[in-house]
Amino acid sequence: MESSRRISIIGWAVALTAFVLLWKFGEPVAKWAFDYPKAWIIPAARWISNALKWLLNDATFGLFTFTQLTRFIAAVVDVPYRAALSLLSTGLLSGQGSSAIQLLPPLSWISVIAIVGMIGHYAGGWRLALFAAGCFLFLAIFGQWNSAMVTLASILVAAPIGVIGGLLLGLAAYRWAQFEKALMPLLDLMQTIPVFAYLVPILFLFGFGPTAAIVATVIYAMPPMTRITILALRGVPSEVQELGHMIGCTRRQMTWRVMVPSARDSLMVGVNQVIMLSLNMVIIASMIGAGGLGFDVLAALRRLDIGAGLLAGLAIVALAVALDRLSQAMALKMGDFHADTGNKSFIARYPYLFVALLVIVATAVLGLAIPAIQTYPQTMTIASGTAIGRAVEWINVNYFDTLEAIKNTMLLNVLVPFKRFLGGLPWLGVTGLLAYAGWRLGGLRLALLVAVLAFLIAATGQWEKAMITVYLCGVSVVIAALIGIPIGIVSAERKQLWRVVQAIIDTLQTLPSFVYLMPAVMLFRVGDFTAMLAVVAYAIAPAIRYTALGLQKVEPRLIEAGRAMGCTKWQLLTKIKLKLALPDIMLGINQTIMFALSMLVITALVGTRDLGQEVYIALTKADTGRGLVAGLAVAFIAIIADRLIAAGAARTKIRLGLQ
Amino acid sequence: MAVQEEKLICRNVWKIFGSGAREFLVASGGSPELDALGKSGLVGAVRGVNLGVRAGEIFVIMGLSGSGKSTLVRCLSRLIEPTSGEIIFNGENLLAASDARMIEIRRHQMGMVFQNFALLPHLTVLANVAFPLEVQGVDRAAREARAQKMIELVGLAGRERFFPRELSGGQQQRVGIARSLAVEPELWFLDEPFSALDPLIRREMQDEFIRLQSVLKKTIVFITHDFDEAIRLADRIAIMKDGAIVQAGTPEELVMQPADAYVAAFTRNVAKAKVLRAASVMKSTSTAAGPTVSHRTTIADAATQFAPGFDVLAVEDETGKTIGALHRADVVDVLMRG
Repeated sequence: MESSRRISIIGWAVALTAFVLLWKFGEPVAKWAFDYPKAWIIPAARWISNALKWLLNDATFGLFTFTQLTRFIAAVVDVPYRAALSLLSTGLLSGQGSSAIQLLPPLSWISVIAIVGMIGHYAGGWRLALFAAGCFLFLAIFGQWNSAMVTLASILVAAPIGVIGGLLLGLAAYRWAQFEKALMPLLDLMQTIPVFAYLVPILFLFGFGPTAAIVATVIYAMPPMTRITILALRGVPSEVQELGHMIGCTRRQMTWRVMVPSARDSLMVGVNQVIMLSLNMVIIASMIGAGGLGFDVLAALRRLDIGAGLLAGLAIVALAVALDRLSQAMALKMGDFHADTGNKSFIARYPYLFVALLVIVATAVLGLAIPAIQTYPQTMTIASGTAIGRAVEWINVNYFDTLEAIKNTMLLNVLVPFKRFLGGLPWLGVTGLLAYAGWRLGGLRLALLVAVLAFLIAATGQWEKAMITVYLCGVSVVIAALIGIPIGIVSAERKQLWRVVQAIIDTLQTLPSFVYLMPAVMLFRVGDFTAMLAVVAYAIAPAIRYTALGLQKVEPRLIEAGRAMGCTKWQLLTKIKLKLALPDIMLGINQTIMFALSMLVITALVGTRDLGQEVYIALTKADTGRGLVAGLAVAFIAIIADRLIAAGAARTKIRLGLQ
Repeated sequence: MAVQEEKLICRNVWKIFGSGAREFLVASGGSPELDALGKSGLVGAVRGVNLGVRAGEIFVIMGLSGSGKSTLVRCLSRLIEPTSGEIIFNGENLLAASDARMIEIRRHQMGMVFQNFALLPHLTVLANVAFPLEVQGVDRAAREARAQKMIELVGLAGRERFFPRELSGGQQQRVGIARSLAVEPELWFLDEPFSALDPLIRREMQDEFIRLQSVLKKTIVFITHDFDEAIRLADRIAIMKDGAIVQAGTPEELVMQPADAYVAAFTRNVAKAKVLRAASVMKSTSTAAGPTVSHRTTIADAATQFAPGFDVLAVEDETGKTIGALHRADVVDVLMRG
């Protein structure tokens, strides 16, 4: 033990010395180790663009072309979307465009709120009913109703597709080990490539419009459902599976009558995830044609109308929070009903459905006479957008100097030096050092994976931008950890406080990432500092959560033992609890990094110069290859960080005997 | 005692876990030693097991955890594919049966009760019990009527609409038992059915099980790690250790003639009077005066039957024919030995 530790220290010392020597004295000798030579760059962007061109123009399955297939998919997805949109927003139309005649009105605002309230009441009683209905009432009062219904329509289509698709993929992966092996890296990529990167190919393949946006949303929201499905099926007790065999289930019966229902509780967690991720995509999806709230936010940001943007953003939050609470309550409710199938009347059997139908018909009929019942009257909306705009203006006028000072201090003392430091590192050295870390933590395979990924970033000519991404991400993660871990420590042992903190971070995690950007932009305008603030705000939740949960998980007997030995509180914390919670805290940091990277890409909108910006520029220029290559680089950074930290956490766990 | 036909026969069954298990088994001449298996990184969960289960008997497989008893019972029902051997059920080798045939056999001729109940959480008690029939495609009215009957049989009438989590452990296992009986199986596997229950409930469930079997007369393979439970329930017991059967026989044989120190360690503290049955203590005769007891009555139970003034009990077989006389002195002798 002691000798292996010494070898490990010596190994690290040698590796670091070699790295520093290369960094300090290598530049004149080996220029290529610092700036990856242009001539060696792999033209991956061109390959990808050409491949997409081939897919678009030449790929064919014989009877039909690839483009025809994707357009067909778009047309199929369009059907339920049109239906949902007619129901919630446009009403049943006959004819095209502006000459269309409304045959049937959409659901009245009152009936939508009533339905939401009833779902809330069914799933979680009066409190939830009032809460959900209140969220929707907010949409009406603040004049966001129409946009919100358009957004809701696309969620109502995207979420079921994501759930069913994820479930089927998960089932297939569960049944065929080979399929799972092939699927896992793909899921990793889907979850780590920034969405911006695949918007362009989707645009080309599915056309501009809400259906393309739904496709993008599904790609983004499906992977967690797949993962949760696999885990949930693995979690079904083996006895239940054996029962299925013993009573002679066929394969299909086994899947749909035994496994899926038994895993239902865990699967509902996945459903909730899909809904939340779909909402998170609302704003990004509006870049390729989804209307609704996302489009409002984007349009407001573009014309720097902070008030309007914030209002539409808040509307997304209201929608997100309402749907989150409703789907969570439904998940709990699912395992909790008494199936009483007596010979009762329709009303007694389906009271909710009956009342809902009653409200819909009544408000529709009354709405013909009194328009205010059908559509929330414009005169009753509160246009608080301008008020918010003025408040921000007031802060900026009165506190301009203070805000500037904060920003400049941070920039000059932390951000810029760190950026310079990272920018000056040789790619060869960094790749080598990462590979060494991979080898120490996880063996040869990990070393190889890490080295290849890092090399590919350099070889596609993105090292410089990647370092800016790493710098912004690194600074944000360090700050998030410095704030988040102490909060986690403090709240871990105080039940009351933890409940409050938990409610706050739960809410933070339901907010779409764009929402974080707005207040930061309002106060600090564009730039790295603004980006960093948004990233920290978005990524702090996992740092707090994992720290607190890790500490709460520490065996009480060990703490008692420490107390019996006469440890002070501080010793108890540093020598026992934090040590044992270390693997969990590491995983929390890992999650923080993943959150930070996904947010970083979005901060491209406020003028960073990193890979995210590269992806964003590619999006505006509709350059598939450039966008995907930069997107893959972001994914590679995420995968490198994830694998190294996960390996480290696993090693720590084994060392502490927690596994 | 008439020898009944053997319903389930298990011939030289091996189950070895690990890669290349089959090849290894063939290469080592079909019966590798425990050490040899361990050295090759394989685990011999079931090693060369031979046994026969007779129609209508309770055959208990008893062993400590890791002895391979759970693997063995799963081999018998082919939930786990044995590495080699034969399993003959009603004269048919199960290991040669097609998937479709296995489904057929399991649907109509086998039932199984699980240690942790394996109830489906989303179904009511009624739907859980009716589930095996639902899988077979029996129509709703018929399967619910049958399930209702089974629920009454296990004493859960009135709880049909409850969900599993609303029941106590004992009640949940009653549901498991009712469900396994719903298809009227010929062969009934019970895999440590009472191990997850509190000792008091366990006792109650054992009594319930004895009552059920006296009505149903199923052929039963019962797995347990509890030797007292085995003694109480079994017609015959097989004791397993390291995947092999150490000794198989009636409780009396095990208690009176343990094959080795391992079996003796289990039987040492068992009260003989609770194991020995009238048939093995009586003196054979075709006429005896006095109160009658069944030849299967334990000595402990028979002792309470000596009415004042009688020194002899008449022992009858199933047909009611007197086959022997049980003398007070012999009974006292057994009781005194502990």
